[in-house]
Amino acid sequence: MTNVFDLLSLDFMQRALMAAVFTGLAAPVVGTYLVQRRLALLGDGIGHVAVTGVAIGLWTGASPTWTAVALATVGAVVIEMIRQRGQTGGDVLLAIMLYGGLAGGVLISGLAGQSTAVLGRYLFGSITTISEADVIATIVLAAVVLLVGVGLAPQLFAVAQDPEFARVSGLDIRVYNIVVAVMAAVSVTVAMRTVGLLLVSALMVVPVAATTQLTRSFRSTLAASMVVGLLAAVGGLLLAAQLSFTADVAPGPTIVLVALACFVATWPVGAWMRRRDRLTEPFEDEVEDHLTTGTHPHRHGEDCGHPAVQHGDHVDYLHDGHRHAPHDRHYDEH
Amino acid sequence: MPVAALELRDGAVAIGGRPVLRHVDLTVPEGQFVALMGANGSGKSTLVRAALGLWPLAQGSVHIYGTPLRRFDDWSRIGFVPQRGAATSGVPSSVHEVVASGRLSRRRLLRPLSREDRRAIAEALEVVGMTDRAKDRSGQLSGGQQQRVLIARALAGGADLLLLDEPTAGVDLANQRALAESLGRVKAAGATVLLVAHELGPLAPLVDRAVVMRHGRIAYDGEPLGDHAGHDTTYGDTHSHHHPPEDIDDRADAVAPLSFPSPEDPR
Repeated sequence: MTNVFDLLSLDFMQRALMAAVFTGLAAPVVGTYLVQRRLALLGDGIGHVAVTGVAIGLWTGASPTWTAVALATVGAVVIEMIRQRGQTGGDVLLAIMLYGGLAGGVLISGLAGQSTAVLGRYLFGSITTISEADVIATIVLAAVVLLVGVGLAPQLFAVAQDPEFARVSGLDIRVYNIVVAVMAAVSVTVAMRTVGLLLVSALMVVPVAATTQLTRSFRSTLAASMVVGLLAAVGGLLLAAQLSFTADVAPGPTIVLVALACFVATWPVGAWMRRRDRLTEPFEDEVEDHLTTGTHPHRHGEDCGHPAVQHGDHVDYLHDGHRHAPHDRHYDEH
Repeated sequence: MPVAALELRDGAVAIGGRPVLRHVDLTVPEGQFVALMGANGSGKSTLVRAALGLWPLAQGSVHIYGTPLRRFDDWSRIGFVPQRGAATSGVPSSVHEVVASGRLSRRRLLRPLSREDRRAIAEALEVVGMTDRAKDRSGQLSGGQQQRVLIARALAGGADLLLLDEPTAGVDLANQRALAESLGRVKAAGATVLLVAHELGPLAPLVDRAVVMRHGRIAYDGEPLGDHAGHDTTYGDTHSHHHPPEDIDDRADAVAPLSFPSPEDPR
């Protein structure tokens, strides 16, 4: 019986795998910075502008990859500059990009006499039809994004975390913001052939959403998101290849669904951890007066099942909206 | 004559065309602990931000350690503690990471943290008493603890001029005391401090000089005042809010031995 590993000996499958590895690693790096800035949907806006870029490439006969990179970069930088001026709301800008980009792309590819099927390859990805030149472009661009995104992590983190402090540290925050915008544009076009322009943002953002459920630091979020992105891209590709023996399964959506599955798996754990942390956060207020409880049939202890919270030099047990602290032979209300 | 740590000459700031600061002259000599006080909207924060170049001056000049602000690039000498914002980040960051960004003014691009960086971060965390929270999510700390982390971040770069914008706002008394202790150690080490505060509370004993702002101008500059004096109608604010009783006790301790003007009888 044929299986997915026989497919791996085929050239087109090896090219697809290379593209998946680099896209899976690079996209979540940019996604981490976008999520940190609360611009999770920016990748989507840039992706739609890139649709017009692809159409221009199809029309003029230039390489759609490079026209998409060019237009996406222009779009991202313009958005960043308007955002810095702080005049237009981010959501309105995003809407303008989404509709303008998509409408322009469909219109121009019509003018170019191309069927929507050709544009569809870019909209939903077609990793298995990727050419050797495209694989090389993907690897180079992804490597640049990885180098900048990981290498400048301390600076990029600080600029997004507290722009004013970063400025007083001597960092040119406008330059770093433009760097993030350009990285976003480049990784959108990198991921274009893997998951498609309409799902690009998912590969950037969903791995980050999954890992932030469990992480406590920026560094671990960045690293874990790359791992999740890699697993989703490679796993999704192989899963789609395996399933394609029995049905018509597209790799792009499969990759995104694998990433979403990671989020679905981590979210309950994260929710439980957040609840536990909030419950056991020490009380900081000072004990005011001595209020004893009435009759109290229950005996609190280490294993009594009620959350024990540090409160100064003792422990309060929480139950039914009370904070009970053991004192002599009774409990105090704190 | 030694150069001043910070010198603002005839400073004016306009926001959206409206003058917010006018004719502000402020010189902070090295080693002094200055409290910049005044009612909400009197221009305290704007003054600090203008001194750091975060707001452009419409008129006047700023010199930091004798260098005009435009040409100043020795940013590791400056420690800025901004007002705690409401803006939240979408990605968690650890206390250690926040404090580590205080080293950026000294770090070269594309280099990992050096041993010296790590030592400075650990020391800054120690000064504010947050060493055991270094690995925790900074977003999970209480307001007062977050404030202490921001002070550690400013200290990590080895700054000798510290500007703090309302570090005590919304901070409970226990954390205000911890803050005062940290700043006491900073002062003992010889740092210059410009502290914006609505009221001083436990910080009062540290203050060498008080500057009170009113309607964008400096209304008082001299000996430290008790908190209540800053609220006198002379300085544009009626005393409309509540002090917890222990807060007043602290101030009485702090004010009495140094024979400052009594709160009921401002100058």
